[in-house]
Amino acid sequence: MLAEILQQIANGLIIGATYGLMAVGLTMIFGMMDVINLAHGELYMLGGVFTYYLVTLAGFNYFLAVFIAILLVMAVGAIFDQVVLRKLRGEPTVITIVVTIGLSIFLQSIVVLIWGATPQSIALPFSNNVIQIGQVFFTPFKIFMGVVAVGVIFGLQFLLQNTTLGKTMRAAFQDKEAAAIVGININRVYVINFALGSGLAGLAGALLGTLFVVYPNMGLIAIVKAFLIVIMGGMGNFLGAIVGGLILGVVECLAAGFISSAYKDIFGLLIVMVMLAFRPYGLFGRKI
Amino acid sequence: MNKTGKKVGYLVLGVALVLAPFIIQDKYFIHLLIEAGLFYMLVAGLNLITGYWGQLTLGHTAFVGLGAYTTAILNAKFNATLPMTLGASIIICLIVSILFGLLVLRLRGPYFVIVSLCFAEMLAIVATNWVDLTNGPMGIPGIETSVISLPGLGELAIESKMGFYYFMLIIVAAMSYIIYRLLHSVIGRASVALRENEILSESVGISAFTYGMIIFVTASIFAGVGGCFYAHYYTYVNPELFGFTYTITMLIMLVIGGKGTFIGPMLGCVVFTILPEMLRGAEYLRDPVLGVILIMVAMFFPHGMGGAIKSIGIKFQNREGR
Repeated sequence: MLAEILQQIANGLIIGATYGLMAVGLTMIFGMMDVINLAHGELYMLGGVFTYYLVTLAGFNYFLAVFIAILLVMAVGAIFDQVVLRKLRGEPTVITIVVTIGLSIFLQSIVVLIWGATPQSIALPFSNNVIQIGQVFFTPFKIFMGVVAVGVIFGLQFLLQNTTLGKTMRAAFQDKEAAAIVGININRVYVINFALGSGLAGLAGALLGTLFVVYPNMGLIAIVKAFLIVIMGGMGNFLGAIVGGLILGVVECLAAGFISSAYKDIFGLLIVMVMLAFRPYGLFGRKI
Repeated sequence: MNKTGKKVGYLVLGVALVLAPFIIQDKYFIHLLIEAGLFYMLVAGLNLITGYWGQLTLGHTAFVGLGAYTTAILNAKFNATLPMTLGASIIICLIVSILFGLLVLRLRGPYFVIVSLCFAEMLAIVATNWVDLTNGPMGIPGIETSVISLPGLGELAIESKMGFYYFMLIIVAAMSYIIYRLLHSVIGRASVALRENEILSESVGISAFTYGMIIFVTASIFAGVGGCFYAHYYTYVNPELFGFTYTITMLIMLVIGGKGTFIGPMLGCVVFTILPEMLRGAEYLRDPVLGVILIMVAMFFPHGMGGAIKSIGIKFQNREGR
C-alpha cells in the first residue's frame, strides 16, 4: 500500500513538473502583459505536433527534434505577438482573450487539416527498462522528463535573476512605464516574454505528447489544467505555478490510482473551486 | 433613427418573421431560422454577461447542458411534457446559477473566465461518466415530441417545423422583451456602470455582487431555456453540449454580431448560422477562416456589426438634427 502511494506520488511529481512548465509560461504572459492566452493549449499541442513530424517524417534525433520544435513554437508566439497583440497593448482583457481564442481556433483547425484527427505516438528515445529507486519504479523517459523540467525551471530562474535580459524583464513586470522611462525597450521585452512563455508550453507538449499521445485537440484539457494551476498559485506568481503544478499532478495521480480514473480530472477542478471560495487570491497570492 | 422609427422597424421585423414560413416554404430554410433562434437564446444571455456587465464567461454551455439534460432525463425517464421540462430546466438553472454565483461572483477578469470554463468542463466530465443517469458519451436519444396542453383549448402539439418555428419565435420575443426592459431599468444601467468602472460604481452605492448576480442568473436561465428547446428540437443530447465548440460558436456570434448592443447578437446568430451552410463544400477552410475573422474583428471592429449599425444610426440622427 505504502509503496503504491509512493509510486503514485512520484508519477504525480514528474507529470506535475511538466504541468508546472506550461503554467509558468501562462503566468509569465499574464503577469507581464495582462493577456489571458487561451491559445496556450494550442501552443502546447504544436510542441507535440512539431516533435512528431521532426522525429517521424524528417528522421531527426529525438532531443534535437524537441529543441527545434520549441524554437518553432517560440517563433509562432513571437509572430502572433508582433502582428496582433502589439496593436492591442492596453486594450481590455476581453479583447485580447477573444483574439487568442481566434488564434486557438486557427491553429487547431489548421493542424486538423494537415494531421487529421487520429492520435499518434512519438517513438521513445530510451529503452523501456524499468529503473528501481527504493520502492518506486521509473521508466528512463520519466526520469528524463523530471530532469528537463527541473533544469528548465532553474535555468529560467537564473535567466531572470542573473542576466541583463532577466533584469529588464523583471523591471517591466513591476512597472512598465517606469521601465520604459529608464530606456527599456518594452516591445522587445514583451515579444521575448511571449516567445518564452510559448516555448515553455511547446516543451510541455513535446514531453507529455511523447509520454502519452499527440492529437490536435490535446490542448483543451491541458489549458484547463494550466489555468487551474495558475489560479491555485496566484496569477503572475512563478513559484505558485510550479508548486501548483506539482500539487495538481500528485492529486490527479492519487485520485486516478485510488478513487476513479474516469473522474481524475474533476478533483483538480474541485480543489480550485473550493480554494477560490476561501482564498480568491491564490495559495501564494497576497491579499489585496 | 428616432424612437418611432425604431419601433416601426421592430414591428416590421416581427411581422416579417411571423409571416416568413408562409412566404418561404423551404423546410430547410425554416430549419436554419429555428437554429438561429436557438442560438439567440444562448447568445442573448452571454450578451448580458459579457456585453453589458463586462465579465467574460466561457462556461455558458454549463447551463445550456443543464437545461438540455434536465429535459432529456425528465422526458426519457418520466415522460414529462414540455411545460414540465421547461419549468424544471428553469428551476434547476436558477438554483445552480445562484449556488455557483455565490461561490464565484466575487472573482473578476481572468479568474472568472477560467472558473466558468472549469465549471463547464466539470459538468462535461460528470455527463460523460455518470452513465446510469446520463447514458454517458452515448447521450440520451428519443426525446419525445413536445405537447403543450392548453387549459380549455385542448392540446397543442409542437412537432412540425412550423410548430417549432413559432415556439422559437415566442421564446425569442419574450427574451428580447425581458432584455429590453432589463436594460432600460436600474439593473441594466447599473450593470453598464459596473462594466465601465466597478470601483467608482460601488462608491456611489451600486452593489457589484447584487447586480452581477441578477444578470448572471437571468443569463443562466436563458441558457437553460435554450437547452430545453435544443433537447426537444433535436430529440437527442450528448456531453458535447457542454463542450468548448459551442462556447466558441456562441462567442463568435456575440463578438462579430456586436457585444453590448441589442440588435448585434441577433444579426450574429442569423449570419453565423446561414454563412457556414453556404460555405459547405469548402468546409475544411471554414474554421481557419473563422479564426482569422475573429482576430480581425476584435482588432478593428470591437463593437461588431451591431456597433457599426449604431454608429450609422447616430450619424443619420445628427444629419436630421441639423
